Amino acid sequence: MAAPIRKRLLGVVAVFGGLLLAVAVVAPLVGTTRISLAHVFDRTTPFADNLDAQIFFIARLPRVVAAALVGAGLATAGVVFQALLRNPLAAPETLGVSIGASLGAMIAITLLPATAILGVPSVSVASFLGSLGALAVVYALSIARSRGMSSTVLLLGGVVLTTFLGAIVSFIQYLADFTKTFQTVRWLMGSLDVGSYTAIVAALVPMVIAAIGYATLPRTLDLITLGPDAAAARGVDVARAERVALVSASLSTGAAVSLGGPIGFIGIVVPHLVRMLVGADHRLVLPAAALFGAAFLIGCDLLARTIAAPVELPVGIVTAMIGGPFFLWLLLRRTR
Amino acid sequence: MDPLLRADGVSFSYEPDRFVLDDVSLSVRRGAIVGLLGPNGSGKTTLLRILGGTLKAARGGVALDGRPLASLSRLDLARRIAVVPQETHATFDFTALEIVLMGRYPHLGAFQLEGADDIRIARESLQATGTAAFEARAFATLSGGEKQRVVIAGALAQASDVLLLDEPTASLDVGYQFDIVDLLLRLNTERGTTMVVSTHDLNLAAALCGELVMIRHGRVLASGATADVLTPANVRALYGVDAEIAMHPRVRHLTVTPIGRAHS
Repeated sequence: MAAPIRKRLLGVVAVFGGLLLAVAVVAPLVGTTRISLAHVFDRTTPFADNLDAQIFFIARLPRVVAAALVGAGLATAGVVFQALLRNPLAAPETLGVSIGASLGAMIAITLLPATAILGVPSVSVASFLGSLGALAVVYALSIARSRGMSSTVLLLGGVVLTTFLGAIVSFIQYLADFTKTFQTVRWLMGSLDVGSYTAIVAALVPMVIAAIGYATLPRTLDLITLGPDAAAARGVDVARAERVALVSASLSTGAAVSLGGPIGFIGIVVPHLVRMLVGADHRLVLPAAALFGAAFLIGCDLLARTIAAPVELPVGIVTAMIGGPFFLWLLLRRTR
Repeated sequence: MDPLLRADGVSFSYEPDRFVLDDVSLSVRRGAIVGLLGPNGSGKTTLLRILGGTLKAARGGVALDGRPLASLSRLDLARRIAVVPQETHATFDFTALEIVLMGRYPHLGAFQLEGADDIRIARESLQATGTAAFEARAFATLSGGEKQRVVIAGALAQASDVLLLDEPTASLDVGYQFDIVDLLLRLNTERGTTMVVSTHDLNLAAALCGELVMIRHGRVLASGATADVLTPANVRALYGVDAEIAMHPRVRHLTVTPIGRAHS
C-alpha cells in the first residue's frame, strides 16, 4: 500500500463506477428484440410510435435500475454485517433478514387480498416489514443477556430464525391453493421484472436513508473489526455505530428484497470479491461493493434474460449458479 | 506533584453483589511504569478498562490530571489514553500500516481522510517499535510478537501520554517477551510515556515496573515501590506460592524464583 487513501478512493470510484456505467448502458440494448440507441433517443418519432424507445424505457430500463438498486443494497448490507459481526460468512441470508422478508411476502400473497398501498404492491410492503421484524427479533436476542451486542447470539439467532421461519414459509405454501403456491415459488426465486417505476421509487426511500447511515460508518467499521474494546479505546462510540450499522443494513436489505425477492449470494460473494481487489479498508470496500454489486446484478439479470431466450430464467437461479461455485473457489483459495 | 492518573475507591460488579473490584485506589505519576499484579480473575483487566474510561465504575471514579474521566469526551479521552489489549485479531486483511493508521482515528474529523502527516506519524511509530519492515505485510500473517509490536505502534500513533497494557506478553515466547520489555522501557525513557501494565509474570513486573499494585479478589493487597512490595510474604498472600526473591547481579533487578505451593 503506497498511495494515500484519497487517491485509492478516487481510483476505486473511477474503476467500479466506470464498470457500472458501461454495464448499465449496454444492458438495456441487449435482448430478444434488437434496438438501437440512436433510434431510442430519436426525437423526430413520437414516443407512442417509437417501439425502440418503448422497449428501452418501459420494458428494460426499469429492470436495469431495479437490478442496480438490489445489487447495491444487498452487497453493502453484506459488507456491513460482516464487519459488524467480525465474521466473513455473515450475510443478509444468515441473519434471518431474507427469510423474514420471504415470510412477509408469503403472507401477503396467500392470506391477504392483492392490493396496493400508495401504488406499491402489498407484497413488497409486507416483505419489507418482514425483514425489519426478523432483524428486530435477532437483535433483541443479542442484547438480552449481555452488556452491548453479542455477535455470537446475533449470528446463531439468525441461523435458528432462518430455519424456523423457513418452516412457517413451507407451511403456508403447503396450505395455499395451487395458483398461489406457484406465485410464491416464483417470488422466492427472485425476479427483477418490477414492471413499473413506482416500486423503484418506493424502494429508493429506505435505500437513501440507508446510504446516509452508511456514509457515517466506514472508519468506525474498520476499528470495530479489531474488537469493540479496541474501537472504544480509540474513541469510537461502539453502541451507536452498531445501531446505525444494523438499521442501515436492514433498511437496505429490506428494500432490496421487497423489490427483487430473496436473491442469494450477492451479499456474500460481492463483498469478498471486492475485498480481494481493494483491500480491507471499509472506506474503499463500501463504495466499491455498492458499485460492483449493482454492476454484477445487472450482468446476472442480462444473462437471465438472454441465456435461454425467449424463456427468461429467474435471476436468483443465475446468481446462485455463478455465486455458489465461485464462493467455493474463494474458500479453497483463502485456506490454502 | 499531582498524579497523572488516579483511581479513587473504584468498585465494579458484572452481577449484583459480586464485586470484581472493591474499593480500589491507586495513583500513577507522570512518567511512571506501574505494574498491576494479581492472579487470574483478580480484576486486573476490569480495572484497566475502568482506567481507560471504556467501562464505568459502579462506585468511585478515575481522574486524569485531576479531571474526572466522565467529563472528557470519547475522542478527548482517546487522545490522552491508549490501550494495548492482550491479543488483537484482524478479521480482514489489513496491512500493518493500516492497523497503525487506525490509531489516528481520534485526531481526525468524522469524514477526514488521513493526510501526509498521519502517514508520517504512523511510519515513525512503526520505526520506534522495530516493525517498519512489516509495513505492507498483512497483519494476520505476522507472528504473535510482531503483531503485539504493531499494535503498540498503533497506540503510539494515537499520540497519548498514557499507555495501558493488558498482559502484553502473555501469549509470547521468552524472546519476544524481551523485545516487548526493551521496547516499553525505551519508550518510557525516550518519550516519557506513562504506563500501567497488568501481568501475572512476576519477573516481567520486576524488570519493567518501578511501582506495583497487587490485587487479590478485587482488593488492593499492597502497593508501592517494587523493591518494597515484591516480598516473599506478599507473593505468598497473592498467589499462595512460596518464593525466593533476590537482587540478581547481572540483570540488576529483583528476580522471583517460585519454590512451591505454600502450605498454611
